[in-house]
This record gives sequence, C-alpha cells and structure tokens, in this order.
Amino acid sequence: MTKDIDLKRRSFLKLTSTMGGGLILGFNLLSACEDIAVEKIVSAALPKDWFTINTFIKIGETGLVTILSPNPEIGQNVKTSMPMIVAEELDARWEDVVVEQAPLSDGFTRQVAGGSQSIRKGWDSLRNAGATAKQMLINAAAKRWEVDAKTLTATDGMIKNENGNTLSYGELAAEAATLEVPTDITLKAPSEYKIIGHSKVNVDINNIITGKPLFGIDTKEEGMVYAASIRPPAFGMELVNYDDSAAREVDGVIDVIRYADHKIAVLANNTWVAFKAKALVKANWKAVGTLESTSDHDAKLNALLDKKSAEPRRNDGDVDKAFKVADKVVERVYEAPFLPHNCLEPMNFFAKMEGGKLICKGPIQTPAWAQNRIADITKVPKEDISIMMTRMGGGFGRRLYGDFSDEAAEIAHKTGKSIQLMFSREDDMSSGTYRPASKYKIKAAIKEGEITAYHLTEACFNGNMFDSIPNYFPAGSIENMRVDTNTEKSNITTGAWRAPYTNFLAYAEQSFFDEMAQELAMDPVDLRIKLFEKAKANQDAGYEYDPERAIGVTKLAAEKAGWGKQGKDVHLGLSVYFSHNTHVAEVAEVQMTDDGPVIKKVTAAVDCGIVVNPYAAQNQVEGGIVDGIGHAMFGNFMLENGKAKSKNFNSYRMIRMHESPEIAVHFVKSEKSPTGLGEPSLPPVGGAIANALYKATGKRLYKQPFVNESELLG
Amino acid sequence: MPKYTLNINNRTHEVNVDKDMPLLWVLRDTLSMVGTKYGCGIAQCGACTVHLNGSAMRSCSVPVSAIGDKKITTIEGLDKDNKHPLQEAWREFDVPQCGYCQAGQIMNAAALLKNNKAPSDQDIDNAMAGNLCRCGTYTRIKAAIKSVAK
Ligand code: FES
Ligand code: FES
Repeated sequence: MTKDIDLKRRSFLKLTSTMGGGLILGFNLLSACEDIAVEKIVSAALPKDWFTINTFIKIGETGLVTILSPNPEIGQNVKTSMPMIVAEELDARWEDVVVEQAPLSDGFTRQVAGGSQSIRKGWDSLRNAGATAKQMLINAAAKRWEVDAKTLTATDGMIKNENGNTLSYGELAAEAATLEVPTDITLKAPSEYKIIGHSKVNVDINNIITGKPLFGIDTKEEGMVYAASIRPPAFGMELVNYDDSAAREVDGVIDVIRYADHKIAVLANNTWVAFKAKALVKANWKAVGTLESTSDHDAKLNALLDKKSAEPRRNDGDVDKAFKVADKVVERVYEAPFLPHNCLEPMNFFAKMEGGKLICKGPIQTPAWAQNRIADITKVPKEDISIMMTRMGGGFGRRLYGDFSDEAAEIAHKTGKSIQLMFSREDDMSSGTYRPASKYKIKAAIKEGEITAYHLTEACFNGNMFDSIPNYFPAGSIENMRVDTNTEKSNITTGAWRAPYTNFLAYAEQSFFDEMAQELAMDPVDLRIKLFEKAKANQDAGYEYDPERAIGVTKLAAEKAGWGKQGKDVHLGLSVYFSHNTHVAEVAEVQMTDDGPVIKKVTAAVDCGIVVNPYAAQNQVEGGIVDGIGHAMFGNFMLENGKAKSKNFNSYRMIRMHESPEIAVHFVKSEKSPTGLGEPSLPPVGGAIANALYKATGKRLYKQPFVNESELLG
Repeated sequence: MPKYTLNINNRTHEVNVDKDMPLLWVLRDTLSMVGTKYGCGIAQCGACTVHLNGSAMRSCSVPVSAIGDKKITTIEGLDKDNKHPLQEAWREFDVPQCGYCQAGQIMNAAALLKNNKAPSDQDIDNAMAGNLCRCGTYTRIKAAIKSVAK
C-alpha cells in the first residue's frame, strides 16, 4: 500500500509574505510544473527539511505536514477531502497541513477521477497511510524515551508519554522516516473523528479567488508555443490534403503540421494567432463513413426499441405471461439526445521532450491510461513519460478520454517543441465524446392493485448503458422483470457523461413510477416505500441497492420537503435513486406563476455513509442538481450530416443563475464507510422535476430536453 | 506590430501585438496573467470578465486597440491584499467546485456591487445571467453576493 517513493524535495518552500498570524507559503509542486504557486495559510513555521514518512506524507522538522493528494481534482473536492482522511488518522492538526497534488506514480493505486469512487475506494488506503505514519512517529518517540510504544498517545501533532512529556511530529519526523512500516495499526472509530465530518474550506480557495495559475490552460513555460488543432469538420470525414500557405504568412505562426493522421496543428507564439491562422488553412476532407444526422438516429433508436435482445440482461419470472393476465398494461417511451460535456475549461494539454523524456502535464481524469497510450503513439518508453495532473476546470467524464493529451504528446514528440495544445470552444463542443442519444421503452402490468411485471427495453448507440446495472431498482421489488438492451454502431464519438448509465435512465424510470402511483391511486411516496419493502422481504432476488437506506432517504426527503402539506399552487414531484453506491431522494417544488410553472426548490436527502467534508459535500449535491435540471430542461446536441449543429454557448443552452432553484440538502447520519458524491444527486432530479411539472401542468414529459416539449416551459 | 501601453491593475505594461488581438489573450499569453479565463471567446460565458474603468467587460471580445488609456482591473488586482469583501465571502461560503468560472463571477459581481450596493435578488440574477458556472455553484455565488450586499 505505501510503497516508498522518493518524493522528498528539499527547500521547495519559499516565504512569500505573512498575514493573519500565519505564514503564506508559495511553493512549487514539482520540477515539471514550476509555475504552479500554491498558497495556504498554515500555522507551523517553514521547515528546512522534509522527511518522507510514506507515499502520502512528508513532515518537516517544524511540524508542518505535506499530504499528497493522489487523485485528479475536477471540482469534486478530492484535493481537500482525501487529505482530510489522511490527516485524521495521522492525528495532525489541519492547520499544519499543506496539500500537494501527487503526480502519476506507482506509489498510488487508482489515480482516477471517475464513477464517484475516489473517496469510497480510497477510504482504506488513505486511513492506513495516516495511521501507519502516526504509528511510526509513536515508535520514534518510544525509541527516544526508551519506553513501550503502547504507553504513548498521539494527538494534534504531538506524542505524549505517561509522565506528561511531549515530542512534536516535527521533532520526530527525521527518525520516523527511517523506521519500518508497521503492520499492526488500529484505525479510529468514527466517534473519535476531529477532522472528518468537520467542514474544511477548499485547499485551493485562495488561489482560485485571486487568479493564480492552477489549471492546465494556465501552463506557461519558457519557450513554450501554442498549438491549435484543425479537426475533421464532421464525424465520418478524413483529411485528404491541405494548403497552409496563407496561414504561414500570419505573423507569429511557427509551423503547420499534420498529425494523428487526420488532424492539422498550427503552432504559433500565442493562442490568438494560432486560432486566427487556423481559419486560413484550406483543408480538403472526404467522407469515409456515413454522415449521420439526428433524424436518422431517431429512426434507428425507434427500430431498436421493438426488438428483444438475444440475451436479456435480467429476466425474473415471466413478463409475457403477466402481461397476458393483467388488468391493465401501461407502456411509455422516453427519449434523450446526445450531450456534450462542455467543461468550462476547454480541452488542453502541455507536453515537451527533454533529454529523450516526454514530460506531460494537464487536466486529465485518467493519467495512467494517457501514459499507456502516449507510449504507444510516440514509442517513448512508458517509464520515460511523466504525467502531472493540474486542477481541472470541470471533468464530467470528458477528461476520461485523453485524445487531447495524446495529441499534445504527439505534436511535442514530432516537432521537438514544448507545446500547449489548445482547443477552442468550438473544437471542444463539436469534436467531443458525447453521452449517446438513447431511448427507453418501459411497460408494466397491473393486477389487483399491484405492479406484477416490468419490462424495460433500452436502445442506445455504441453499447448499452444498462449492461452494468440490471440489478438496480426495481429489481427485487417486482416479481416479473425483464431488461432488454439493443445497440447500434455510430461514428459519433461517445462515452461516459456525468452519472453514465443513469443520468437519463433515472428520469425515465422515476417518471414511469409516478404514473404507476397514479394508476394505482397511491401516493408516490407510499408506492416507493411499498416497493422497497418488497425488495427487503425478497433479499435473495439479487439486487444492488439497499432497500432500507432507500426507504430512509425517501422518508427524509418527504418530511423535509413538507410532502402532503404543500399549499395551493405548489406542486411536488418525487424521485428516488441509487447510483454510484449512494442513495438519494429528491423532491422538486414547482409553483404556478403568471408566467407559467417555475421550479422553485429541490429538497434532497442523501445517504453516502460518513460525510467527510460536509459543507463541500453539500456543494456537490447542489451542483449535481443544478446540472441535472439544466440538462433535462435545455441540453440538446444535434447533428446534421455528421456535423455538430451547436458549437458554442450561443447555440447551446446551459442553465444560468436565474434558472437555478433554491436547494436544501439533508444527509442521513451514518457511520457506514463513505461513498461518492460527484454524481449521485444528478440522476434523480430529472424525474423529480418532470413529476412536479406534471402536477402543475397536467402534462407528462417524455422527451428531453423538456424545454422543447412544452410551450408552457419556454 | 503596433505597440500598446496598457494600464493593468495600476501598473503600466507595454505590449507589441496585433491590433485585433482580444485583451483576454494579451493578458493570458503576452503578459502571463492567467487569472482571467477563456471559456467561449464570444461573450457568452463571462469567464473572461475584467473591469474597464470599473465596469465589467468580456475581455475576449474587446480588441486591444479599443482600450486606449482606460484602466484595466483583473482578478489579480481586484484588491491589493486579496481581501475584497467578495473574496472574503467566497471563502466563507466555500463557493468553488472546479473554480474555473469563479474569477469571472467575482469580477462581474464586484462591478455589480460598485454600482448597486444593495442589489435585490432580481438585480443579482440579471447582472449574473451572463456568467456560466458549469459546476452549478449558482446558489452559493448568489448567497455570497447577498452576504456582501446587505
Ligand atoms: S470567454 Fe469571454 S465571455 Fe466567454
Ligand atoms: S466552479 Fe466549475 S465552472 Fe464554476
């Protein structure tokens, strides 16, 4: 777990100024990214030496602690919350901690930002790193005092013996660093936590609000040039040839090269010149595949909805039989378009060759994958490729796919130059990796006041979303259940988009259950609880959610939202969803106004186990809700003859401040191991608002974006 | 290439750049002042917001030749101690998620508060409608502005 790597870099701290009784440290992270200055107010003085206790922890002789944050930070707060977990078990004072982004390194496992898994999967290794380091400090003190380590205690950066004498971590660090890594450590009980569960402000806050270089796009290096990329204008097209003579005339243009087979890079001494010259390159493209349009996609998905898959993903009981004998059969189709990620920081990456080594740096959610691919493309041995992660201006899944990192590395390798690849917003939106358009057909049977069968058919491009989650709700709660998935190839690049699988599915399913409640003349809250109770009684049915926790969040959200107690003209819609190991229930509140329905408020109840950094956790939940509402209401990415119809924010509508409702977040008190929060609040909100809008308008919404569905919502 | 003398954060900078080069890229690439962000380049997202003589402007859409002797303020120079009331409020409300939009949000809000010390919710919504936050931190941005406004 804590394989030792040498991350000790002496005198990398320099005093910049003092303020508010503490020191402000400006320090460089790594030689590969000397331009990143980081500030944090800390109480301990600057050390001359740092001692590496383990992969995660370095302690200076003054007691200052550096904690390396292993995972990429995309706005999900891991750079603050993961080190909090280490500091907790280390029993350091948070004021004495500075956080440093770790580079890609063998010393860490799973340096990925994705699937809301950083905290959940890091929980043990982070705690162990803190606890083993603490034990090493205790052992060092035991040696110094010549006493049994068991007689010593550690608190707030101090080791204490039975006589009341103390030694600080700073005084013990040099010695502790030389000791063996202990294997017999005890982790704290949640009741002993002093840092976990106590909100800590974002460790980068001061840098963010003062405009310090933090993001990939902020990279500036001596001799660096900017590369703008010309990409095929449509999916299904390839480059034939190009004339760059006019582009080369532009003052500041350094070179124009062909790379990645079908792309052209314009290298210039600033971004603006590179973008300007790009428009002057005359490229000829030819279609080598189908030039797809949204209308074709629609027809293809419809055809897929009528098929049963060869192998159903789940097949409990006999749905066909249940439909035959049903009192009533309800069938609905739900539709959603392709979606671009639109991270606010457009894709970019830095790369340079130095002494045969390839040094790369930038915003990437999956640095290890990038390293492998770059080795493949450039033939530079993997061990000679370093990847440093910068803070990212959003990820949402887009930066799982490192086309831009690979391209930057290839251009640097080809030209021998130090380059920063820059996508324009238009490049970013029109040559992305999209959430594929998909449709769901859901059919249910009702007999004698019960839902007796549930048959879901998924139609999707380039694989199926449902493949990995056939055991989610309603599995286990309905006797006869079948899931069919059908897919068709598309040459539009598709991939994960925040809460993949469920960002649209949850809305379809939860809207459908709202209709079911109406059919059964049941309160939607009561119907959910009834179904969860059924699953609970049916524990061997093979499902992945926890019905007890699902009931918990449902009741909490209903209670906090005043379910059933709302006034006239206030309409509530419920949605309950489990994804990414976290249970969430949301109630949307819609009010009728003279201008039509307005989404006023969303109340969320969340069970993610222990909440590591509560105020920041709340921010994640709020963000997921705003994002989910924005995309359900407005998100629409259409294609015509392989070309994106939207290329910038003037033709792609994003949610803005005045469209965001008030949000109330309630966490279930829990001592269970924590699960992630980057995604789980997003999936349920589409259903919650659709159900509330139905109550307000009498109109069911079957197609995203909703804004196209109903003039009422314009 | 023409030479321009720019007054940025009360300091004079001389730059030799194209007359149509947007201020955004002069700041970011010529002067390495990267606090001002690129998001869209067409005045749709607000990430590049700076002040020109105290008013909020989208620096991606202002060519350097149009600036003359107007005073430019960027996030780096909003407050010499980095303690503008909005910066303090941003810390208190722990507003950012990814943080990329936040310099633009703060600059835009600072211009709003300069002209309107006690904006209503509606005033805040109107003034901030041009600033996108992809991470959806709108509720906190609004709360932070309101805490300063009262
Ligand atoms: S970059 Fe200027 S408004 Fe978007
Ligand atoms: S905090 Fe990420 S875009 Fe606003």
